[in-house]
Amino acid sequence: MSEIAIKEAPIATEKEISDKKVMLDIKDLTKIYTTPKGEYVVLEKLNLQVMKEEFISIIGHSGCGKSTLLTMIAGLNDISEGEILLDGKPITKPGPDRGVVFQSPSLFPWMTALENVLLGVEQVFPHGSKNDRLDICKYYLDKVGLGDAFNKKASELSQGMQQRVGIARAFALKPKILLLDEPFGMLDSLTRAELQDVLLEVWNKENITAIAITHDVDESIFLADRVIMMTSGPRAVVGDILEIPLERPRTRREVIEHPDYYHYRGHLINFLEH
Amino acid sequence: MKAIALKLCSVTGMKWGIPFVKLFSGEEVLEQLKEIWGTVGIPLIAIVTFLLIWHFGAKQIDTSLGQVPGPAMVWEQTKALWAEHVDERIKADEFYARQDARNAAKLAKNPNANIRVVDYTGKPTYIDQIFTSLKTVFMGFLIASLIALPIGIICGLSKKIMQALNPMIQVFKPVSPLAWLPIVTMIVSAVYVTNDGWLEKSFIISAITVSLCSLWATLINTALGVSSVNEDYINVAKVLQLSPTKKTFKIVLPATLPLIFTGLRISLGVGWMVLIAAEMLAQNPGLGKFVWDEFQNGSSQSLARIMVAVFTVGIIGFILDRIMVELQKLVSFDKKTIA
Ligand SMILES: Nc1ncnc2c1ncn2[C@@H]1O[C@H](COP(=O)(O)OP(=O)(O)OP(=O)(O)O)[C@@H](O)[C@H]1O
Ligand SMILES: [Mg+2]
Repeated sequence: MSEIAIKEAPIATEKEISDKKVMLDIKDLTKIYTTPKGEYVVLEKLNLQVMKEEFISIIGHSGCGKSTLLTMIAGLNDISEGEILLDGKPITKPGPDRGVVFQSPSLFPWMTALENVLLGVEQVFPHGSKNDRLDICKYYLDKVGLGDAFNKKASELSQGMQQRVGIARAFALKPKILLLDEPFGMLDSLTRAELQDVLLEVWNKENITAIAITHDVDESIFLADRVIMMTSGPRAVVGDILEIPLERPRTRREVIEHPDYYHYRGHLINFLEH
Repeated sequence: MKAIALKLCSVTGMKWGIPFVKLFSGEEVLEQLKEIWGTVGIPLIAIVTFLLIWHFGAKQIDTSLGQVPGPAMVWEQTKALWAEHVDERIKADEFYARQDARNAAKLAKNPNANIRVVDYTGKPTYIDQIFTSLKTVFMGFLIASLIALPIGIICGLSKKIMQALNPMIQVFKPVSPLAWLPIVTMIVSAVYVTNDGWLEKSFIISAITVSLCSLWATLINTALGVSSVNEDYINVAKVLQLSPTKKTFKIVLPATLPLIFTGLRISLGVGWMVLIAAEMLAQNPGLGKFVWDEFQNGSSQSLARIMVAVFTVGIIGFILDRIMVELQKLVSFDKKTIA
């Protein structure tokens, strides 16, 4: 367990360690970008552990290296030093065991919603029958509320609907871990709230591990079991960790009305303002 | 009905028809009249002005072939060329009718008679020349696409191959058809010796020259498109661990189609433009040869006939461009980006 995490929230983390298995273990992770102006150290010796079936959110100032961290977990970005272990095995390349939801929906606009999801499902379940695969796609599209838009072209869907497909696509891979990089950053606040609910609902059923980057303090509290606060770059590390031991399933109302809510919020804002 | 008319206007590139359709269906009359003034009135004035300047300017210049023809004379020749075409068709029909009658008579006398069917061999008319030109440009365009698309895709996928080929592409791209033609002529003459085949040598020469000039736009656009596919798409492909073939055909190519079509559109335009020059020199029957023959012929109508050819080339070029735009819209997932 990371030293910082133990310092910040000793009781809860120790409890979690005894309960649950470590899914993702980030050890002394360093990322150096070579730029024309020389080397730029984004992350330096960052440590973080994520438990199985845990939902964590990461917040931090713009440019501190959140996306860098996430893309390294996804295997889309080379690791400079240190290592990331997923279920004990070091990550070297991207793969469908880590479903990614990008900030822009990045669906293939020439495919229908169903085809977009199917593309991944075909990769992950090459041996199942075509109908089985279609059923999986339809199940998840239904879950994210697109039961009647299977055959709509992705380019004809609204941003919010596209991001729903993005979520369905990631879940349909049955990944070990779900990586979300500001998944709702481009949406208006109403759609955003709707999609947070959709995300939590599906996640509750699937019991998979999830890491979500967000800029939004309320969103980070609502979604996560733990909020990871990253220090500002360069040489960013995990600065603080806040436990959110609220009961699940959560409703927005319960969370906001919870007596500790303002304490959580204050803690996060206080961190971000320093 | 109205919807169909509106669609027709935009497909044919005649956007100026839209306010007329709206006007006749009684939609905001004043608005539509203003719109019509902008899209039809002003261009019309410009065209009339142009015709007037042409008309009076032409009178001032005397060439060895007589006065430079004005719009009226050009129109005159347009009609004459059409009349010649119709005449020639009638002659051909009569020829075949006579031949059929003769053969029928022969058969009536003797059912086992040896029947001869001969093709009519009249002089190709102006309309025939247009179709020959179209055939040539499509042949050239086809060759160009078959070469440019695969190479473009490979260049886009591999930076190394792109770096290797780029200097050659840049050097060959600006070469004029007039420079390619002698080389192509010599090579085709050396390689394609049997001239009794179904393809005329001159046809092949002009088609290849057209492709040599027009393939670059498709090649460069395809390479650019393939190499600049949205990074998120590529990341998704990586996360899904798509095989290289699946990645190319399911993601890279569909994502590149709009740019590929932009390239094809430019290629066809360039091909049509250089075709006239190529045909002129290769003596391929077609508009180019028509222009050349008229020029050599040097009758008093020659200049007017050449001007008819100028307008024909322009109008057909415009139509070809519209067809490509419509095809491009058909394959394009983002309809907004196309003019
Ligand atoms: N490919 C790259 N080459 C060089 N520098 C990079 C590269 N990618 C990111 N950076 C730099 O690394 C830093 C961290 O970038 P990153 O995108 O991870 O930040 P972020 O925390 O996700 O920011 P935001 O909240 O704005 O998305 C930034 O200063 C950025 O300019
Ligand atoms: Mg980011």
